[in-house]
Amino acid sequence: MKTRTLTAVAAMLLAPGFAMADPDDDTLVVNGEIEMVTKTEAPDHMSDTYVDTIMSGWHFRSDETQSLQMDDFDNSGMVFVDIGRDQWNTAEGGEGKSCASCHGTPEESMEGVRATYPKWDAEADEVQTLAMQVNDCRKSRMDAEPYGYTSGEMANIEALIAVQSRGMPVNVAIDGPVSETWERGKELYYTRTGQLELSCANCHEDNYGNMIRADHLSQGQINGFPVYRLKNAKLNTVHARFKGCVRDTRAETYKPGSPEFVALELYVASRGNGLSVEGPSVRN
Amino acid sequence: MEFTRRETLAVGAAAAMVVTIPMPAMASKADALIEEFTGGADVADGGVDLDAPEIAENGNTVPIEVGAEGAEAIMVLAAGNPEPPVATFRFGPLAGAHRAKTRIRLAGTQDVIAVAKMADGSYAKAAKTVKVTIGGCGG
Amino acid sequence: MAQGVRPRVKVPRKAEAGEIITIKTLISHKMESGQRKDSDGNVIPRSIIHRFTCDFNGQNVVDFKMEPAISTNPYFEFEATVPESGEFKFTWHDDDGSVYETAKKIEVA
Repeated sequence: MKTRTLTAVAAMLLAPGFAMADPDDDTLVVNGEIEMVTKTEAPDHMSDTYVDTIMSGWHFRSDETQSLQMDDFDNSGMVFVDIGRDQWNTAEGGEGKSCASCHGTPEESMEGVRATYPKWDAEADEVQTLAMQVNDCRKSRMDAEPYGYTSGEMANIEALIAVQSRGMPVNVAIDGPVSETWERGKELYYTRTGQLELSCANCHEDNYGNMIRADHLSQGQINGFPVYRLKNAKLNTVHARFKGCVRDTRAETYKPGSPEFVALELYVASRGNGLSVEGPSVRN
Repeated sequence: MEFTRRETLAVGAAAAMVVTIPMPAMASKADALIEEFTGGADVADGGVDLDAPEIAENGNTVPIEVGAEGAEAIMVLAAGNPEPPVATFRFGPLAGAHRAKTRIRLAGTQDVIAVAKMADGSYAKAAKTVKVTIGGCGG
Repeated sequence: MAQGVRPRVKVPRKAEAGEIITIKTLISHKMESGQRKDSDGNVIPRSIIHRFTCDFNGQNVVDFKMEPAISTNPYFEFEATVPESGEFKFTWHDDDGSVYETAKKIEVA
């Protein structure tokens, strides 16, 4: 009776006066300059779902949280872009190279890059995420230790790269050589996991807009990653978020960087084709 | 979910305890800090602007703004935190306005209190209740 | 010195004499509150930035005392009067004795 009763107490305390529901209709413009597409028609491949409009997670947040993303100085994630730039310019490893040695400034070389990942890498003969590509460079070009897949350093570099594509539409390929991986990701999206037997779709397709306890469920879009979360006050990577979600279904999770999460990232990214790249975004 | 009558009573009592018990303890700690700040002087209600969300999406980062025209210093307290002090904003000769914004940690639903020390030596305060929600997803 | 500490400030480049401008500051810092416990149940010791100041040409703009209830990556927004061309100096004081500083010039036309 103990757990049940405590839950009931929590419910009694939380229940009154809290009825946020549908996503709002606000418009996201960053720095009064970058107009973001945060709602648009769902891509064709989602025609077998009943989602006809895809929406950024920004719409599901409170006005206070939303405003934190509308100015690059209010967005705490931006300090990690600065730190990412320091990393970018720091030579490391046996080759004595930095990212800048080959790529110049991120402004020159990284515009549009975030929008198309994950994507096929012919040389590696596999689908690569941005994080895999970063570590591939670190290993093969710099002879440096790879970053931890969901580490702060990786999140900083991802934020630095994402920010070069802000406002550009997410546009990941789903056909050709990636189609097999994409299908696998789709299958995972609809597979129930854990003691709670929940799939990604149960929350983020069937119930977006509804409350799960005090959380307003979004569509689970990843166009805003890496995400500065108020909860842990740091940048969070896509695979760390996937892990958190799957763990919340009370399942043994896949590992960040695993083929399963790579496939899932490709599929989930493709559900956001047409939304603007927002990273680093701010969420609760 | 089914409840026996006894469980229902227990639930009600537990809920009532959660709501009422910590209050006196919270109040006294914050009161003592205000007393220390003002040196026991009278504190007027009003004359201090305190802006905070009615409902905070996460208690770990709650945006607030305080301001009081002509204030030398504004002390902010979170009455329900284990340690109520949050910050004391002192304004120098080149402060363009006596206001500041920051982001604070709130351990739960509680009152945020701002006490201003005016240039003439008087004190004023404002308080606002912020509801802190408990998320559904740890993520 | 705590790891990964990096200040960030926003000050307009130009102003009119006597103009009131808005300044925003943020510094990446854990702000370990002293209230948390590690996985063994031991209290993680407090380690925060406890004071922030902003001065302009040697005169004080603001002086903030910070407690553990200030969020990770402390953020402040406030206003300053700009009497003449000069430099804003920003200083953060860490519990461990470190002092982090940065400065921004402003030109009065």
